[in-house]
Amino acid sequence: METTHLPHLPDHPLHICLFEQVQNASFLRRQLLEGNTDFEYAFLDASVLLSKNHVLASCFRSINDLLNNRLKTRNVHSEIVFALSPNSNIAESFRRFGLSDDSKNIVAIKVGGDRAKIEEHLLANVEGKAVELTDEALAGMHDAARIRKIYRLEAPKKGEVNVLSRESEALLLGSMALKGS
Amino acid sequence: MATETTSQRPLPAPFNNSTDSLTLITQGAEALLYKTTFLTPTTPAALKIRPSKPWRHPTLDKRLTRQRILAEARVLAKCKRDGVSVPAVLALDWENGWTVSEWIEGVTVKEALRKRNLEEGDSAVQSLMQRIGHAVGTLHSIGVIHGDLTSSNMMLRQDPTTHGTLDGDIVLIDFGLATQATQEEDRAVDLYVLERAFGSTHPREEALFGVVLEAYGGVYKGARATLRRLEDVRMRGRKKSMLG
Repeated sequence: METTHLPHLPDHPLHICLFEQVQNASFLRRQLLEGNTDFEYAFLDASVLLSKNHVLASCFRSINDLLNNRLKTRNVHSEIVFALSPNSNIAESFRRFGLSDDSKNIVAIKVGGDRAKIEEHLLANVEGKAVELTDEALAGMHDAARIRKIYRLEAPKKGEVNVLSRESEALLLGSMALKGS
Repeated sequence: MATETTSQRPLPAPFNNSTDSLTLITQGAEALLYKTTFLTPTTPAALKIRPSKPWRHPTLDKRLTRQRILAEARVLAKCKRDGVSVPAVLALDWENGWTVSEWIEGVTVKEALRKRNLEEGDSAVQSLMQRIGHAVGTLHSIGVIHGDLTSSNMMLRQDPTTHGTLDGDIVLIDFGLATQATQEEDRAVDLYVLERAFGSTHPREEALFGVVLEAYGGVYKGARATLRRLEDVRMRGRKKSMLG
Protein backbone atom coordinates (compact mmCIF):
# COMPACT_ATOMS: atom_id res chain seq x y z
CA MET A 1 0.00 0.00 0.00
CA GLU A 2 1.16 3.47 -0.86
CA THR A 3 0.46 6.55 1.22
CA THR A 4 0.75 9.82 -0.62
CA HIS A 5 -0.26 13.45 -0.42
CA LEU A 6 -1.75 15.32 -3.34
CA PRO A 7 -0.10 18.72 -3.80
CA HIS A 8 -2.13 21.47 -2.08
CA LEU A 9 -4.08 19.00 0.07
CA PRO A 10 -1.69 18.43 2.98
CA ASP A 11 -4.44 17.46 5.42
CA HIS A 12 -5.83 14.65 3.28
CA PRO A 13 -3.34 11.82 2.88
CA LEU A 14 -4.34 9.13 0.41
CA HIS A 15 -3.81 5.43 1.09
CA ILE A 16 -3.84 3.62 -2.24
CA CYS A 17 -3.49 -0.02 -3.10
CA LEU A 18 -3.96 -1.96 -6.32
CA PHE A 19 -5.09 -5.56 -5.92
CA GLU A 20 -4.63 -8.12 -8.68
CA GLN A 21 -6.75 -11.17 -9.25
CA VAL A 22 -9.28 -10.36 -6.55
CA GLN A 23 -11.42 -13.35 -5.62
CA ASN A 24 -14.02 -11.71 -3.38
CA ALA A 25 -15.28 -8.66 -5.26
CA SER A 26 -18.90 -9.62 -4.59
CA PHE A 27 -18.23 -9.76 -0.85
CA LEU A 28 -16.60 -6.31 -0.93
CA ARG A 29 -19.44 -4.93 -3.02
CA ARG A 30 -21.97 -6.29 -0.53
CA GLN A 31 -20.20 -4.49 2.32
CA LEU A 32 -20.59 -1.22 0.41
CA LEU A 33 -24.25 -1.88 -0.40
CA GLU A 34 -24.99 -2.74 3.22
CA GLY A 35 -23.25 0.42 4.35
CA ASN A 36 -20.75 -1.44 6.51
CA THR A 37 -18.78 1.46 8.00
CA ASP A 38 -15.64 -0.68 8.32
CA PHE A 39 -15.48 -0.54 4.53
CA GLU A 40 -15.30 3.15 3.87
CA TYR A 41 -13.08 2.93 0.83
CA ALA A 42 -13.28 3.96 -2.75
CA PHE A 43 -13.10 0.67 -4.64
CA LEU A 44 -12.42 1.20 -8.34
CA ASP A 45 -12.50 -1.32 -11.13
CA ALA A 46 -9.06 -1.15 -12.75
CA SER A 47 -10.44 -2.13 -16.15
CA VAL A 48 -11.62 1.45 -16.72
CA LEU A 49 -8.63 3.29 -15.25
CA LEU A 50 -6.26 4.81 -17.77
CA SER A 51 -3.39 5.89 -15.55
CA LYS A 52 -2.39 6.84 -12.05
CA ASN A 53 -3.07 10.50 -12.86
CA HIS A 54 -6.58 9.53 -13.90
CA VAL A 55 -7.14 8.15 -10.39
CA LEU A 56 -5.39 11.03 -8.62
CA ALA A 57 -7.39 13.65 -10.55
CA SER A 58 -10.57 12.01 -9.32
CA CYS A 59 -9.26 12.10 -5.75
CA PHE A 60 -8.33 15.77 -6.07
CA ARG A 61 -11.73 16.79 -7.32
CA SER A 62 -13.51 14.75 -4.64
CA ILE A 63 -11.47 16.16 -1.76
CA ASN A 64 -11.82 19.68 -3.14
CA ASP A 65 -15.59 19.21 -3.42
CA LEU A 66 -15.61 17.83 0.13
CA LEU A 67 -13.79 20.93 1.39
CA ASN A 68 -16.38 23.10 -0.37
CA ASN A 69 -19.33 21.13 1.03
CA ARG A 70 -20.69 20.16 -2.35
CA LEU A 71 -20.41 16.39 -2.51
CA LYS A 72 -23.01 14.85 -4.78
CA THR A 73 -22.78 11.46 -3.13
CA ARG A 74 -22.70 10.08 0.41
CA ASN A 75 -19.04 10.63 1.27
CA VAL A 76 -15.63 11.43 -0.18
CA HIS A 77 -15.03 7.78 -1.07
CA SER A 78 -18.15 7.30 -3.13
CA GLU A 79 -17.40 10.72 -4.61
CA ILE A 80 -14.05 9.42 -5.93
CA VAL A 81 -15.97 6.77 -7.89
CA PHE A 82 -18.48 9.36 -9.11
CA ALA A 83 -15.80 11.93 -10.03
CA LEU A 84 -14.30 9.56 -12.59
CA SER A 85 -17.43 9.72 -14.65
CA PRO A 86 -17.75 12.26 -17.46
CA ASN A 87 -21.45 12.74 -16.67
CA SER A 88 -23.59 13.35 -13.59
CA ASN A 89 -25.44 10.05 -13.44
CA ILE A 90 -24.46 8.65 -10.05
CA ALA A 91 -25.84 5.12 -10.46
CA GLU A 92 -24.15 4.79 -13.83
CA SER A 93 -20.83 6.05 -12.46
CA PHE A 94 -20.92 3.40 -9.70
CA ARG A 95 -21.74 0.72 -12.25
CA ARG A 96 -18.94 1.75 -14.55
CA PHE A 97 -16.14 2.66 -12.18
CA GLY A 98 -17.08 0.90 -8.96
CA LEU A 99 -17.01 -2.75 -8.04
CA SER A 100 -19.05 -5.34 -9.83
CA ASP A 101 -19.36 -8.93 -8.69
CA ASP A 102 -16.86 -10.06 -11.29
CA SER A 103 -14.27 -7.30 -10.88
CA LYS A 104 -10.83 -8.84 -11.07
CA ASN A 105 -8.35 -6.03 -10.51
CA ILE A 106 -9.36 -3.30 -8.14
CA VAL A 107 -7.92 -0.12 -6.69
CA ALA A 108 -8.72 0.63 -3.05
CA ILE A 109 -8.40 4.20 -1.81
CA LYS A 110 -8.89 5.58 1.67
CA VAL A 111 -8.71 9.30 2.42
CA GLY A 112 -7.12 9.98 5.81
CA GLY A 113 -6.96 7.60 8.76
CA ASP A 114 -4.29 5.50 10.34
CA ARG A 115 -2.03 3.91 7.74
CA ALA A 116 -1.15 0.77 9.67
CA LYS A 117 -4.76 -0.03 10.51
CA ILE A 118 -5.96 0.58 6.98
CA GLU A 119 -3.26 -1.58 5.47
CA GLU A 120 -3.98 -4.38 7.89
CA HIS A 121 -7.71 -4.21 7.27
CA LEU A 122 -7.35 -4.13 3.49
CA LEU A 123 -4.87 -6.99 3.36
CA ALA A 124 -7.10 -9.03 5.65
CA ASN A 125 -10.29 -8.42 3.69
CA VAL A 126 -9.37 -8.16 0.04
CA GLU A 127 -8.50 -11.55 -1.36
CA GLY A 128 -5.98 -10.56 -3.97
CA LYS A 129 -2.36 -9.72 -4.53
CA ALA A 130 -1.42 -6.21 -3.44
CA VAL A 131 0.80 -4.48 -5.99
CA GLU A 132 1.94 -0.94 -6.59
CA LEU A 133 -0.40 1.29 -8.58
CA THR A 134 1.56 2.33 -11.66
CA ASP A 135 0.70 3.32 -15.22
CA GLU A 136 2.33 0.12 -16.44
CA ALA A 137 0.23 -2.05 -14.14
CA LEU A 138 -2.98 -0.29 -15.23
CA ALA A 139 -2.01 -0.54 -18.89
CA GLY A 140 -2.00 -4.30 -18.52
CA MET A 141 -5.44 -4.34 -16.89
CA HIS A 142 -7.57 -1.75 -18.60
CA ASP A 143 -9.96 -2.20 -21.47
CA ALA A 144 -9.06 0.56 -23.93
CA ALA A 145 -12.24 0.10 -25.95
CA ARG A 146 -14.40 0.57 -22.87
CA ILE A 147 -12.54 3.65 -21.75
CA ARG A 148 -12.95 5.09 -25.23
CA LYS A 149 -16.64 4.40 -25.14
CA ILE A 150 -17.21 5.92 -21.70
CA TYR A 151 -15.29 9.10 -22.51
CA ARG A 152 -16.43 9.20 -26.12
CA LEU A 153 -12.95 9.17 -27.56
CA GLU A 154 -12.56 8.51 -31.25
CA ALA A 155 -12.20 4.88 -32.17
CA PRO A 156 -8.74 3.89 -33.39
CA LYS A 157 -8.27 3.89 -37.14
CA LYS A 158 -8.70 0.61 -38.92
CA GLY A 159 -5.65 -1.56 -38.51
CA GLU A 160 -4.36 0.40 -35.52
CA VAL A 161 -4.03 -1.35 -32.20
CA ASN A 162 -6.56 -0.12 -29.68
CA VAL A 163 -4.23 1.47 -27.17
CA LEU A 164 -4.69 4.77 -25.42
CA SER A 165 -2.05 7.42 -25.90
CA ARG A 166 -0.70 9.94 -23.47
CA GLU A 167 -2.94 12.51 -25.16
CA SER A 168 -6.05 10.66 -24.14
CA GLU A 169 -5.26 11.28 -20.47
CA ALA A 170 -5.70 15.00 -21.17
CA LEU A 171 -9.12 14.35 -22.69
CA LEU A 172 -10.25 12.26 -19.72
CA LEU A 173 -9.07 14.81 -17.16
CA GLY A 174 -10.71 17.62 -19.14
CA SER A 175 -14.05 15.79 -19.21
CA MET A 176 -13.85 15.12 -15.49
CA ALA A 177 -12.91 18.71 -14.66
CA LEU A 178 -15.83 20.10 -16.69
CA LYS A 179 -18.39 17.74 -15.25
CA GLY A 180 -21.36 19.42 -13.62
CA SER A 181 -20.73 22.74 -15.36
CA MET B 1 1.97 28.17 4.18
CA ALA B 2 2.26 28.51 0.47
CA THR B 3 5.10 30.60 -0.79
CA GLU B 4 3.49 33.58 -2.36
CA THR B 5 5.56 35.97 -4.33
CA THR B 6 4.45 39.57 -4.54
CA SER B 7 0.74 38.77 -4.57
CA GLN B 8 -1.16 40.52 -1.83
CA ARG B 9 -4.44 38.83 -2.51
CA PRO B 10 -5.19 35.65 -0.60
CA LEU B 11 -5.25 32.57 -2.80
CA PRO B 12 -8.54 30.72 -3.27
CA ALA B 13 -9.18 27.38 -1.56
CA PRO B 14 -7.59 24.90 -1.50
CA PHE B 15 -4.40 26.74 -2.43
CA ASN B 16 -4.67 29.01 0.62
CA ASN B 17 -3.88 25.96 2.75
CA SER B 18 -1.13 24.63 0.52
CA THR B 19 2.36 23.68 1.64
CA ASP B 20 3.52 23.37 -1.95
CA SER B 21 5.30 26.06 -3.86
CA LEU B 22 3.28 28.59 -5.83
CA THR B 23 5.28 31.09 -7.85
CA LEU B 24 3.62 34.03 -9.53
CA ILE B 25 4.60 34.02 -13.20
CA THR B 26 2.53 36.77 -14.69
CA GLN B 27 -0.47 38.92 -14.02
CA GLY B 28 -3.06 40.19 -16.45
CA ALA B 29 -6.18 42.28 -16.10
CA GLU B 30 -8.37 39.26 -15.42
CA ALA B 31 -6.11 36.66 -13.93
CA LEU B 32 -2.96 35.69 -12.08
CA LEU B 33 -0.79 32.86 -13.32
CA TYR B 34 1.23 30.72 -10.93
CA LYS B 35 3.62 27.88 -11.50
CA THR B 36 2.97 25.06 -9.10
CA THR B 37 2.67 21.28 -8.92
CA PHE B 38 -0.38 19.12 -9.45
CA LEU B 39 -1.32 15.49 -8.70
CA THR B 40 2.27 14.58 -7.89
CA PRO B 41 5.01 16.69 -6.29
CA THR B 42 7.12 16.38 -9.43
CA THR B 43 4.47 17.33 -12.02
CA PRO B 44 4.68 21.05 -12.83
CA ALA B 45 1.39 22.78 -13.62
CA ALA B 46 0.00 26.22 -14.37
CA LEU B 47 -2.58 27.63 -11.96
CA LYS B 48 -4.70 30.44 -13.35
CA ILE B 49 -6.62 32.35 -10.74
CA ARG B 50 -9.40 34.78 -11.51
CA PRO B 51 -9.69 36.84 -8.34
CA SER B 52 -13.08 38.29 -7.50
CA LYS B 53 -13.48 41.94 -8.31
CA PRO B 54 -14.64 43.79 -5.22
CA TRP B 55 -16.30 46.56 -7.23
CA ARG B 56 -18.69 44.20 -8.96
CA HIS B 57 -21.95 43.05 -7.47
CA PRO B 58 -21.21 39.65 -5.85
CA THR B 59 -23.85 37.82 -7.90
CA LEU B 60 -22.63 39.27 -11.17
CA ASP B 61 -19.02 38.67 -10.15
CA LYS B 62 -19.68 34.98 -9.51
CA ARG B 63 -21.56 34.59 -12.74
CA LEU B 64 -18.88 36.24 -14.86
CA THR B 65 -16.07 34.26 -13.21
CA ARG B 66 -17.96 31.03 -13.77
CA GLN B 67 -18.79 31.85 -17.39
CA ARG B 68 -15.24 32.84 -18.26
CA ILE B 69 -13.58 29.88 -16.60
CA LEU B 70 -15.95 27.47 -18.28
CA ALA B 71 -15.75 29.14 -21.68
CA GLU B 72 -11.96 28.93 -21.63
CA ALA B 73 -11.89 25.34 -20.39
CA ARG B 74 -14.44 24.22 -22.98
CA VAL B 75 -12.46 25.76 -25.82
CA LEU B 76 -9.26 24.13 -24.54
CA ALA B 77 -11.02 20.78 -24.29
CA LYS B 78 -12.34 21.14 -27.82
CA CYS B 79 -8.88 22.03 -29.12
CA LYS B 80 -7.38 18.98 -27.39
CA ARG B 81 -10.06 16.75 -28.80
CA ASP B 82 -9.60 18.09 -32.32
CA GLY B 83 -5.82 17.89 -32.29
CA VAL B 84 -4.81 21.53 -31.83
CA SER B 85 -1.75 21.82 -29.63
CA VAL B 86 -2.86 23.55 -26.41
CA PRO B 87 -2.22 22.93 -22.69
CA ALA B 88 -4.41 20.20 -21.18
CA VAL B 89 -6.98 21.25 -18.57
CA LEU B 90 -6.29 19.21 -15.44
CA ALA B 91 -8.80 20.63 -12.96
CA LEU B 92 -10.96 23.65 -12.33
CA ASP B 93 -13.27 25.19 -9.79
CA TRP B 94 -15.66 27.79 -11.12
CA GLU B 95 -16.90 28.72 -7.65
CA ASN B 96 -13.45 29.51 -6.32
CA GLY B 97 -12.19 30.87 -9.63
CA TRP B 98 -9.23 28.74 -10.64
CA THR B 99 -8.05 26.45 -13.41
CA VAL B 100 -5.07 24.12 -13.37
CA SER B 101 -3.55 23.24 -16.71
CA GLU B 102 -0.55 21.44 -18.07
CA TRP B 103 2.76 23.26 -17.70
CA ILE B 104 4.38 23.85 -21.07
CA GLU B 105 8.15 23.62 -20.81
CA GLY B 106 9.68 26.19 -23.13
CA VAL B 107 9.52 29.88 -23.97
CA THR B 108 7.03 32.21 -25.58
CA VAL B 109 7.58 32.96 -29.25
CA LYS B 110 8.13 36.56 -28.19
CA GLU B 111 11.01 35.64 -25.89
CA ALA B 112 12.49 33.26 -28.44
CA LEU B 113 12.53 35.93 -31.16
CA ARG B 114 13.89 38.61 -28.85
CA LYS B 115 16.74 36.40 -27.71
CA ARG B 116 17.57 34.78 -30.99
CA ASN B 117 21.06 34.69 -32.36
CA LEU B 118 21.02 37.18 -35.22
CA GLU B 119 23.96 35.58 -36.95
CA GLU B 120 21.92 32.50 -37.68
CA GLY B 121 20.10 34.10 -40.56
CA ASP B 122 16.47 33.99 -41.53
CA SER B 123 15.88 30.33 -42.24
CA ALA B 124 15.16 29.46 -38.59
CA VAL B 125 12.73 32.40 -38.39
CA GLN B 126 11.04 31.27 -41.58
CA SER B 127 10.56 27.80 -40.20
CA LEU B 128 9.10 29.28 -37.02
CA MET B 129 6.73 31.46 -39.07
CA GLN B 130 5.56 28.40 -40.96
CA ARG B 131 4.80 26.60 -37.72
CA ILE B 132 2.87 29.63 -36.46
CA GLY B 133 0.81 29.80 -39.65
CA HIS B 134 0.11 26.12 -39.42
CA ALA B 135 -0.92 26.32 -35.75
CA VAL B 136 -3.30 29.23 -36.30
CA GLY B 137 -4.71 27.58 -39.42
CA THR B 138 -5.40 24.38 -37.53
CA LEU B 139 -7.10 26.34 -34.78
CA HIS B 140 -9.33 28.14 -37.27
CA SER B 141 -10.07 24.94 -39.13
CA ILE B 142 -11.91 23.60 -36.07
CA GLY B 143 -13.96 26.77 -35.70
CA VAL B 144 -12.12 28.40 -32.81
CA ILE B 145 -11.10 32.06 -32.76
CA HIS B 146 -8.34 32.81 -30.25
CA GLY B 147 -9.24 36.46 -29.79
CA ASP B 148 -5.82 37.62 -28.63
CA LEU B 149 -3.20 36.15 -30.94
CA THR B 150 0.17 37.63 -30.06
CA SER B 151 3.67 36.23 -29.89
CA SER B 152 3.37 36.06 -26.10
CA ASN B 153 0.32 33.82 -26.39
CA MET B 154 2.27 31.23 -28.34
CA MET B 155 4.83 29.00 -26.77
CA LEU B 156 7.61 26.91 -28.20
CA ARG B 157 7.73 23.57 -26.44
CA GLN B 158 11.42 23.12 -25.72
CA ASP B 159 13.73 20.98 -23.65
CA PRO B 160 17.28 21.78 -22.53
CA THR B 161 18.70 20.64 -25.88
CA THR B 162 16.61 23.08 -27.92
CA HIS B 163 16.74 25.93 -25.41
CA GLY B 164 17.90 29.18 -26.98
CA THR B 165 16.90 28.13 -30.51
CA LEU B 166 13.72 28.72 -32.50
CA ASP B 167 12.98 25.00 -32.60
CA GLY B 168 10.00 23.38 -30.92
CA ASP B 169 6.33 22.72 -31.46
CA ILE B 170 3.97 25.69 -31.22
CA VAL B 171 1.53 25.54 -28.32
CA LEU B 172 -1.19 28.18 -28.28
CA ILE B 173 -1.98 29.50 -24.81
CA ASP B 174 -4.33 31.91 -23.02
CA PHE B 175 -7.77 31.23 -24.45
CA GLY B 176 -9.38 33.74 -22.11
CA LEU B 177 -10.84 35.69 -25.03
CA ALA B 178 -11.47 32.74 -27.32
CA THR B 179 -14.81 32.14 -29.02
CA GLN B 180 -16.21 29.49 -31.25
CA ALA B 181 -17.14 30.99 -34.57
CA THR B 182 -17.25 29.88 -38.15
CA GLN B 183 -17.41 33.28 -39.80
CA GLU B 184 -14.67 34.16 -42.23
CA GLU B 185 -14.73 37.70 -40.86
CA ASP B 186 -13.84 36.50 -37.33
CA ARG B 187 -10.94 34.45 -38.62
CA ALA B 188 -9.66 37.35 -40.69
CA VAL B 189 -9.80 39.69 -37.71
CA ASP B 190 -7.97 37.10 -35.59
CA LEU B 191 -5.17 37.10 -38.20
CA TYR B 192 -5.21 40.87 -38.41
CA VAL B 193 -4.72 41.19 -34.64
CA LEU B 194 -1.74 38.84 -34.91
CA GLU B 195 -0.31 40.74 -37.86
CA ARG B 196 -0.52 44.09 -36.09
CA ALA B 197 0.76 42.78 -32.78
CA PHE B 198 3.60 41.02 -34.53
CA GLY B 199 4.63 44.09 -36.48
CA SER B 200 4.89 46.26 -33.40
CA THR B 201 6.51 43.63 -31.15
CA HIS B 202 8.97 42.27 -33.70
CA PRO B 203 9.78 45.03 -36.22
CA ARG B 204 12.98 43.20 -37.14
CA GLU B 205 11.04 40.12 -38.26
CA GLU B 206 8.00 41.93 -39.62
CA ALA B 207 9.07 41.46 -43.23
CA LEU B 208 8.86 37.70 -42.75
CA PHE B 209 5.26 37.73 -41.53
CA GLY B 210 4.14 36.82 -45.03
CA VAL B 211 5.48 33.32 -44.37
CA VAL B 212 2.88 32.92 -41.60
CA LEU B 213 0.07 33.77 -43.99
CA GLU B 214 1.49 31.62 -46.74
CA ALA B 215 1.59 28.60 -44.42
CA TYR B 216 -1.88 29.46 -43.07
CA GLY B 217 -3.32 29.50 -46.57
CA GLY B 218 -2.59 25.83 -47.08
CA VAL B 219 -4.04 24.45 -43.86
CA TYR B 220 -7.78 24.20 -44.43
CA LYS B 221 -10.37 24.62 -47.11
CA GLY B 222 -11.41 28.23 -46.98
CA ALA B 223 -8.08 29.52 -45.66
CA ARG B 224 -7.44 31.35 -48.94
CA ALA B 225 -10.80 33.08 -48.68
CA THR B 226 -9.93 34.14 -45.12
CA LEU B 227 -6.70 35.65 -46.41
CA ARG B 228 -8.61 37.58 -49.06
CA ARG B 229 -10.93 38.85 -46.34
CA LEU B 230 -7.86 39.86 -44.33
CA GLU B 231 -7.06 42.35 -47.08
CA ASP B 232 -10.44 44.05 -46.53
CA VAL B 233 -9.86 44.09 -42.78
CA ARG B 234 -6.47 45.75 -43.30
CA MET B 235 -8.14 48.52 -45.28
CA ARG B 236 -10.64 49.39 -42.59
CA GLY B 237 -9.25 48.07 -39.29
CA ARG B 238 -10.53 45.59 -36.78
CA LYS B 239 -14.03 46.98 -36.29
CA LYS B 240 -16.41 46.18 -39.08
CA SER B 241 -19.11 48.68 -38.51
CA MET B 242 -18.47 52.25 -37.53
CA LEU B 243 -22.10 52.63 -36.64
CA GLY B 244 -23.62 51.90 -33.27
